[in-house]
Amino acid sequence: MIISSLAFYLFSFITIFSAVMVISARNPVHSVLFLILAFFNSAGLFVLLGAEFLAMILVVVYVGAVAVLFLFVVMMLDINFVELREGFLQYLPIGALVGIILMAELVLIFGSWVINPKSEAIVATNIVSSTEITNTHALGQLIYTHYIYLFQAAGLLLLVAMIGAIVLTVRKRPNVKRQNISDQVSVRVDDVIEVKDVTSGSGI
Amino acid sequence: MLEIWTDYAWPLIWIIFKILLIVIPLLIAVAYLTYAERKVIGSMQLRMGPNVVGPFGLFQPFADGLKLLVKESIIPTGSNRVVFILAPMLTFTLGLVGWAVIPVADGWVLSDINVGILYLFAVSSLGVYGIIMAGWASNSIYPFLGALRSAAQMVSYEVSIGFVIVTVLLAVGSLNMTDIVMAQQKVWFFIPLFPMFVIFLISGLAETNRAPFDLPEAEAELVSGYNVEYSAMSFALFFLGEYANMILISAMTVILFLGGWLPPFDLAFLNWIPGVIWFSLKVSLILFVFLWVRATLPRYRYDQLMRLGWKVFLPFSLFWVVVTAGAIVAFDWYPK
Repeated sequence: MIISSLAFYLFSFITIFSAVMVISARNPVHSVLFLILAFFNSAGLFVLLGAEFLAMILVVVYVGAVAVLFLFVVMMLDINFVELREGFLQYLPIGALVGIILMAELVLIFGSWVINPKSEAIVATNIVSSTEITNTHALGQLIYTHYIYLFQAAGLLLLVAMIGAIVLTVRKRPNVKRQNISDQVSVRVDDVIEVKDVTSGSGI
Repeated sequence: MLEIWTDYAWPLIWIIFKILLIVIPLLIAVAYLTYAERKVIGSMQLRMGPNVVGPFGLFQPFADGLKLLVKESIIPTGSNRVVFILAPMLTFTLGLVGWAVIPVADGWVLSDINVGILYLFAVSSLGVYGIIMAGWASNSIYPFLGALRSAAQMVSYEVSIGFVIVTVLLAVGSLNMTDIVMAQQKVWFFIPLFPMFVIFLISGLAETNRAPFDLPEAEAELVSGYNVEYSAMSFALFFLGEYANMILISAMTVILFLGGWLPPFDLAFLNWIPGVIWFSLKVSLILFVFLWVRATLPRYRYDQLMRLGWKVFLPFSLFWVVVTAGAIVAFDWYPK
C-alpha cells in the first residue's frame, strides 16, 4: 500500500524534525509546542501500527494533560535563557552517557533474538492475535488479567509519589483567610439577620 | 491508470464529499446557534433579540459573518505572529474534527472507529491549546490571565468527564460510538446513570467555557479574556470554534446519555421518523439548556470553580464508577 508507507514517512519525518526543534528552538514555549507536534505524530505512527488505543491514550494523557501543565509552567516562569545556555556543553558527557545506555537497551530489546532465539516466543505467549479481538481488549487482558499484581504495584508506586509531591509542597500558613464552605452553607437566616419593629420617631 | 482512479482518486473524492456533507450543515447550525442564543436570551430578558435583518432577523448571522469577513485583521506588533495566527485556526479545526466519529443516524458516520469515544475525548481535551496559545501569543496581560484560567479549568473538568465516560463504557462494553447508542435500546443511560448525566452536563459547560464557567473571557474583569487582541476573521474563527464545540459536546451528551438517534419509545410510527431528526432534536434540547443556563446563572468565582471540579465532581464521579462497576458485577449485568 503506497498511501500507508507515504503516511509513515510523513509522520516519522515530522516526529524527528519536531524532536530536533524541541531542543534547538530559541523560545521555550515554541519548544513545548514542537514537543506536542512530536507527540501527535507519534500517535499517528501508533495508528499506522494498528494500535489505535495507545494512540488515543498518548494524545489524551500527554498532549491533553501533561503538555498543558508543561506549557503552563514554561509560560509562567521568567527564565533568562541566555544565562541558562552558558556552560551548556558541560552536560555533554553525561547526556551522551544516558544516550548510549538507552541505545544499548534498545539494541538489546530489538536484537534479543540474536542472544536468545526463543525470546520472541516467550514474550508472545500471553498476547492474543489482533485479528480475533480489538487491541483495547487485548491490552485489558494483558494488564488486568495476566499482569494484575505488577500493575497494582506500579499504581501503588505512583500513589506514593503523588502523596510525596503533595507533602513536599503543602505548607500551613497562619492568618490566611479561608472560606469554610460547610460553615457558609449551614448559616441560617436567624443567625445573620434580625428583624426589629421600629416605632416611628424613635431609634433602635 | 484506471487503477489509480478506482483505488485512490474516487475514494478521496467520495470522502471529501462526505466531509462536506457534515461540515456545511454544521456551519449553518453554528450560524443559527448564535441567532438562537440571542433570541432565547432576548426573550428570557423580555427583549426582542435580532429582528431587523431579514424576516424575524433570520439573516442576522450572515450579516455578522460578512461584517467580520470584510473588517481589517490587526496583528499586534508585540505578538508572536505565527502562534497568534495559528491559535484561532486550531480552535476552529478542533471544533470540526470531532465530528468525524459522531453517528447522526444508524450508519451515518464518516469513520466508525473502534475507539470513537476516546478520539472524541482526545479532541475535546485539545481545545485548551487554542486558548492558551492565543493568550500567550497576544503578549498582553488580560489574554494571558484568561489563558491561564482556561488551562487550569479545562484540565480540572476533563478528569471528571473522563470518569463519566468510564461509567458509560462499563455499561456498554465497547468504545465504539454506534455500540454505545445501540446499548441504549432498552433504556437511555440518563435514567440509570442520572448523577453522571448531571455531572457531564455541568462539566461540558466548563469544558466549552460557557457561562457560568466563562471565566477565561469574563468580560467584567478580563475585558474579554483570551480574545482581546483578536479582530475580524481571526476573532470569528474563535467564535465559530466555540459554538462548534458547544454543538459537539451536546452531541456527545446525546450519544452517551440520551440514546443518540433512537426514538424515545420503540413504537412503529416513531421509528418512521428518520434517526437524524431525533438526533438533531435532542442536540437542540441540550443546546437550549446551555443557553438557558447562561441567561439564568451568575458567573462562578474562580476558587468556587476549582473547588467544584476537584473536591465535589472528582470524588463523586470516582465513587460512582465504583458503584456502577460493583452493581454490574453483583447483579451480573455484564454487557454482551
